[in-house]
Amino acid sequence: MSGQRKGNLQKALNVLGPFIGLIFVIAIFSLIPEVQGRFLRAGNFKSVATQSVIVALGALGMTLIIISGGIDLSAASNIALSSVITAYAVNAGVPPLAALALGILTGGMVGLVNGTLVTRLRLVPFIVTLGMMGIARGMAKWIAGNQKIDAPMTWVNELMAKSPRPSWLLMAPGVSIVIIFAVAMAVVLRYTVFGRHVFAIGSNESTARLCGIRTNRAKILIYTIAGLFCGLSGVMEFSRLTVGDPTVAVGLELDIIAAVVIGGGSLSGGEGSILGTMIGVLIMSFLRNGCTMMGWPNYIQEIIIGVIIVVAVTLDRLRHRKES
Amino acid sequence: MPDPSAPPVLRMVQVGKTYGATRALDDVTFELRRGDVHALLGENGAGKSTMMKILSGAVMPDSGRMFIEETPYTPTGPLDGLRSGISMIYQELNLAPHLTVEENIMLGREVHTLGWLKRRSMKARVREALEFVHHPEISPDVPVKRLSVGAKQVVEIARALMNRSRILVMDEPTSSLSQEDSLRLFEIIRRLKTQDVSVIYISHFLEEVQKVADVYTVLRDGRNVGSGTMDGTSLEDIIRLMVGQAFTEMFPRIPHQRSGVAVSMKGLKGVRMTSPVSLDLAKGEILGIAGLIGSGRTELLRTVFGLDAVEGGCLVVSGIETARGTPWARIGQGFGLLSEDRQGEGLALALSLADNITLSRFTPYKRYGLLRVGRQMKAAGEWIAKLKIKARSPAQKVLSLSGGNQQKVALARLLHQEAEILLLDEPTRGIDVISKAQIYEWIGELARQGKAVLCVSSYLPELLGVCDRIAVFHRGGLVEVREASRWDAESLMAAATVGRASAAQEST
Repeated sequence: MSGQRKGNLQKALNVLGPFIGLIFVIAIFSLIPEVQGRFLRAGNFKSVATQSVIVALGALGMTLIIISGGIDLSAASNIALSSVITAYAVNAGVPPLAALALGILTGGMVGLVNGTLVTRLRLVPFIVTLGMMGIARGMAKWIAGNQKIDAPMTWVNELMAKSPRPSWLLMAPGVSIVIIFAVAMAVVLRYTVFGRHVFAIGSNESTARLCGIRTNRAKILIYTIAGLFCGLSGVMEFSRLTVGDPTVAVGLELDIIAAVVIGGGSLSGGEGSILGTMIGVLIMSFLRNGCTMMGWPNYIQEIIIGVIIVVAVTLDRLRHRKES
Repeated sequence: MPDPSAPPVLRMVQVGKTYGATRALDDVTFELRRGDVHALLGENGAGKSTMMKILSGAVMPDSGRMFIEETPYTPTGPLDGLRSGISMIYQELNLAPHLTVEENIMLGREVHTLGWLKRRSMKARVREALEFVHHPEISPDVPVKRLSVGAKQVVEIARALMNRSRILVMDEPTSSLSQEDSLRLFEIIRRLKTQDVSVIYISHFLEEVQKVADVYTVLRDGRNVGSGTMDGTSLEDIIRLMVGQAFTEMFPRIPHQRSGVAVSMKGLKGVRMTSPVSLDLAKGEILGIAGLIGSGRTELLRTVFGLDAVEGGCLVVSGIETARGTPWARIGQGFGLLSEDRQGEGLALALSLADNITLSRFTPYKRYGLLRVGRQMKAAGEWIAKLKIKARSPAQKVLSLSGGNQQKVALARLLHQEAEILLLDEPTRGIDVISKAQIYEWIGELARQGKAVLCVSSYLPELLGVCDRIAVFHRGGLVEVREASRWDAESLMAAATVGRASAAQEST
C-alpha cells in the first residue's frame, strides 16, 4: 500500500521535480524583502527570458545529444565561432538575412564534423568535442584577427532587444524563436521515428543497431542539429553584443550541460526532455538574476549553481536507485 | 505435429570454428524442423554459444555451410540473421531499458508516414502481439526497466514475433524466472509451435527440457555427440552424453588433514541470494561448490567476502560472530577472494605484475607512506618463480600475459596476502591444462598448510579430483553436501540440473 503510494510520488517527482525547483527559486527571491519589488515585475521576467536565449538554444541541441548518450563540449566555442562569422559577414556587406543563415550553417558544419568524427573514427564524443572546443575557438579568433569585429547595426540586432519594435511581440524575438524551436524539438522527440531512435540509441545502442536502426546516420544528424542550434545561438550572441567577439561564451558549454542535467537528462543516455531542459535553463537564469539583484558577488552565484547541479543530480540518482 | 517430410527450416552442415588453440566447434551438423522445439544441451564450454553466435551472424564459421529453407545462408552480421528470420533471446536481455514496451517491440519497425509515428496503429499491433503470447496485462506504455525479468522476456518474444521470425533461439530462458513465469513461457512456446515457429532451446534444467522439447542435440567438446527425440530418452541417457567417458586428466593430490572449523556460515543470506545457506568450512579442507551459472554459487562467495550486503544470518570466524563485513574487514580476518571475472574485476590489467600481486598487502613495502618499489619487485619476483608464471619481469603489465598466467597472478595475490580462508571462484576457467594442473597442486598445498579453501567450479572433473567435500547449489539454494568420494559426475550433474541429489535414480 505504502509502496504503491511511494511509487506514485516518485512518478510525480519525475515529471515535476525541475518545475518545483523553479517555483522554489522564484518563491525564495519573491519573499526576500530587499528584492521582492523589483524581482516580481513583468519587466524583470522579460529580461530573464532574454538572458536565457543563448543558453536555451544551445541546450535544445545538447538535450538531443545527451539523450542519445553523447556530449558536446564544443558548444560554446561553436557559438563564438558562429557569432564571429555572422559579424564578419554583416561587416563585409552581406545582406543581414544571408549573414544570419551563414552563422547558423557554420554551427551546423561544426556539428556535422563532430558527428562524422564520432561515428567514422569511433571516437568517444567527449574527446572529439574536446578537440573541437579548441579548434572552433581558435578559428573564431583567427577569423576575427584576435579582436572584436565591429559591424553596422541591422535588424539582426533587434532579435535580442528586450522591448521589440512592434510592441505586440511582447518579448524579444529571440525568446519567441526559442519557444517555437522548443515546441518543435519536443514534438520531434515524441512524435517522430527519429526522436524515438534518439532515445533508443542512448538507452541501449547495441539493441538499437540490432533492431536495424542506422545508428551512425542518426548520430551524425543529432550532432548536426545540435550544431545548427549553436549556430543560431551564435547569431543571438552577435545580436546581443552588436559585435563579433571570439572570446565570448567561454565555459558556457558547462552551463548548457548543467541545464540539461538539472532538467532530468542523464549523462549515461536514454533520459531527458526539452521541457525539463528549458526549466533547467530558467532555474539558472532566475538564480543569476536574483543574486545580482541582491548585490551578491559573482562567486556566490557560482557556488549556488554548483550546489544546485549536485543536488539535482543526487535527487535523480536516488529516484533511480529506488526504481531498480 | 510437424510434417517429417517437409524440408528442415535450418540446416547446419559440418560447421567448424577454432579460437586460437581451442576447437570450439568441430564439424557440427544440425537440423531444425519447422514447428519443432529443439533442445541444445551440453556442459559449459561445450560449444553451444559458439554455435548460436554463428547462427545469429555474430561470429563467422571457419568451415561448413548453413541453409535456411534449403537456401544458402551466409550472414555477415547480426542484422543478417534477424532479416533471415532468426531472433535470439539471450540471458542478458536485449532491450532498451528507458523505452516503453511498445517502443521496444516496434524498434526499427516503426509504423510511420514521412517520419511521423502512427502511435495508435503501433499500439494496436503491440496489444495484439502481447495478447497472442498470453500477456495482455503488460501495458504498452510502461518503460521496460520497470518490468520483471519474466515480463521483459515476453517483450523480447513479442518483438521476435513482430519481426516475423521463423527461428527463435532461447538461451537459458528460465534461469531467472519464477516457477509460474516458466510455466507461462512453456505455454507461449506451445503457441509459437502452432504458428510454425521453430525454437532452439538451450537450458541446463533437464527436467524442464524434457517437458518442453520435441528433439534434442547434445554437444560435448565442440562435437555433436548425439541427437534424438525426447520421447523414449531418459535423463540419464542425456546426462551420460553430456558428461562423456571417464576422465583421463590427472589431479595431483597432496595429502592434507582437516582440523578445526575455519569459518561457519549460519543461515547466511546476501541480497542477491534466494535462500539462506548454512555451511561449515574446516581448516585444511577443500570444499567444492558445484552448480549451474546463476545457481547462487558466486553470490555466496561475494556475500561471504562482503561484496554483497548481508540480509540475514551471520559468519562465525575463529569463534567470533560477524554479520556484516566490508572486503577490507574480511581481508583483515584472513579471507581472500579470487574473482571469476579475471579481466573485469580480478586483476588490474593495465598495472604491473608486481602491483597486482602486492595490491592487497602493501604493508611490507611501505616506509613513511612511500612505496619501496625495489622490495616490492623482489617479492613479486619470488612469487613469479614459485608459481612458474611466464613473464619477462615483475614490471611487465598483466595485460600482456596469457589467461593461465594471469590467473596465476591472481592466485599469487592471495598467497602473498597470506589469506587463511581462500574463496576461489572458477579458479581454472579458460586456462590451459598445464596451468590447471599447477593451480590444483597449489590448492592442495594450501590445504596441507592448514588453510581453508572454498572452490566454486563448473568443471565437474576438477571438483571431483581436487575437493574433499562438494556442495551442490540449484536455483539459489543448497541441495546437498557430501564427501567428494560419494559423488560422481552423473549425480553431481543431476543435482545441479534437477535440484535433487537422487533424481537420476528416481526418474528411471
